[in-house]
Amino acid sequence: MSGIVGLTAAQLAERLGAGEVSSVEATSAHLDRIAAVDGDVNAFLHVSDHALEVARSIDDRRAAGEELGPLAGVPLAIKDVLVTTDMPSTSGSRILEGYMSPYDATVVARSRAAGLVPLGKTNMDEFAMGSSTEHSAFGPTRNPWDLSRIPGGSGGGSAAAVAAFEAPLALGSDTGGSIRQPAHVTGTVGVKPTYGAVSRYGSIALASSLDQVGPVSRTVLDAGLLQDIVQGHDRFDSTSLTTQWPSMAEAAREGARGDVLDGLRVGIVRQLGGEGFQAGVRQRFTETVEMLQAAGAEVVEVDAPHFEYAVAAYYLILPAEASSNLAKFDSVRFGLRVEPAGATSEQMMSATREAGFGPEVKRRIILGTYALSSGYYAAYYGSAQKVRTLIQRDFSAAFAQVDVLVSPTAPTTAFPLGERVNDPLAMYLNDVTTIPANLAGIPGISVPIGLAPEDSLPVGLQIMAPAYRDDRLYRVGAAVEALVENALGGTLISRAPALGGAR
Amino acid sequence: MSDITPELVRHLASLSRIDLHDEEVTSLTSELGQIVESIAKVQEVATDDVVATSHPIPLQNVSRPDEVGETLTQEQALSNAPDSADGRFRVPAILGGEQ
Repeated sequence: MSGIVGLTAAQLAERLGAGEVSSVEATSAHLDRIAAVDGDVNAFLHVSDHALEVARSIDDRRAAGEELGPLAGVPLAIKDVLVTTDMPSTSGSRILEGYMSPYDATVVARSRAAGLVPLGKTNMDEFAMGSSTEHSAFGPTRNPWDLSRIPGGSGGGSAAAVAAFEAPLALGSDTGGSIRQPAHVTGTVGVKPTYGAVSRYGSIALASSLDQVGPVSRTVLDAGLLQDIVQGHDRFDSTSLTTQWPSMAEAAREGARGDVLDGLRVGIVRQLGGEGFQAGVRQRFTETVEMLQAAGAEVVEVDAPHFEYAVAAYYLILPAEASSNLAKFDSVRFGLRVEPAGATSEQMMSATREAGFGPEVKRRIILGTYALSSGYYAAYYGSAQKVRTLIQRDFSAAFAQVDVLVSPTAPTTAFPLGERVNDPLAMYLNDVTTIPANLAGIPGISVPIGLAPEDSLPVGLQIMAPAYRDDRLYRVGAAVEALVENALGGTLISRAPALGGAR
Repeated sequence: MSDITPELVRHLASLSRIDLHDEEVTSLTSELGQIVESIAKVQEVATDDVVATSHPIPLQNVSRPDEVGETLTQEQALSNAPDSADGRFRVPAILGGEQ
């Protein structure tokens, strides 16, 4: 991809700073790209009608000599789970169609303050429940690498937007892999920070003990630049950590020099590979591990015996928390109202929720209500919380032996749209690799490592680090990115189809 | 076999305030049956000696000074209400005729 939209956020920021490109030019170029390709991709639910105005104000401030942040003037796509005052926020649901938030999510407010230019809101599975965006009430997003395939989920819109060069950067949210798995299937980068590193204030809650907001981009450095802007304590989020975080962009720059791999202890999780993993995914993963070894890393296999219970625990904890979080959609204070003639308030609520929620949301609310019912609570929700402890212990034991853990980010490449949408269990199993990090609160990144030979679709490497060590992920992630680029003779994303009539 | 029956699904739907159609009850009964069977395995390892984890990174007594900060105006708070009157959210009758 050539021209302004082909630049990474870091490259674009440099040209903006040097006065070679204006924010209006950069923003127009991306709006033109959206107009050209989003009919095919459907990454955006809403495109801002005043992005150019915002861009002009950044240009004016720069012209007036104001000292601006490193990403000032760079366009940004925002997952629709994050509320915004100037664009509707639906979380992919009919029940919130047209909802205009009276306040901005903290990450949105921080992005605006840093001079980023919001381009629009990106598509997602309804209330972030899904791995394909097919559960969006507003139609699926398509994978820019193959429009007949899923872009991952729930944040398929944000990943597809950066993969299709409609935006250099996006914000996402990751409850069980919703940032990392879309990155894997679209050949992009996605980071789930440590639980509590980035504020969730204004992120429409799915499962509060698992949700984490994070960056989506085409390079590790770009993700770091965005995390630097949004991370840090927020008094409006009581789970927000007061940690003083180092610069993730600086960590990425250090990592790109490569020497971080020399002597790095890397663990391969035995339970996150093997049977059920596509041959081409395994092949690219093995090759990448060999490259790490050649660069001086010490690679060992580690055992995480309780990971086989992670998906089961997740699909108890998530529905339980979601059934509680989604109780607020009762047609009283906001959202859709369906009021049959003569209905009581309660009948109105039941009619509204029947009409406003899609099938996957109903499935999970009912499942969560079941898991929390008297008589079942200890057996299901209580047991799942114990599994969480066991998984944390597995991680602690593993991180006593190694610095980072690696796995393929997902078991397969992008599957065809429609293949699993009516088979909830098959869809759930797709998250087997990403769920453990959410259950334990640790950070994870997905970095593109190549195309699977059998279908020429992207494969990602997931790297996980102990809680609070997001900087290590950026360091190692950037080193892996540099190795892969060197081996491929260029970036993976440069091999993506052109789109917009050029294919 | 799981204990998910159409009657249980109807009961759960009523607790969840979702007015499911009959076809939805039928499909959910079979889907939830399969899902519950597959997730019940958590009980295999959840022994008495394992403590439960509710939050991955536990914090205690998170508080902030009790000071009035920025809050929504009444107009903002009501701006998305499907119906309102006199500065309040308005809903239909809480109790039906037979109650």
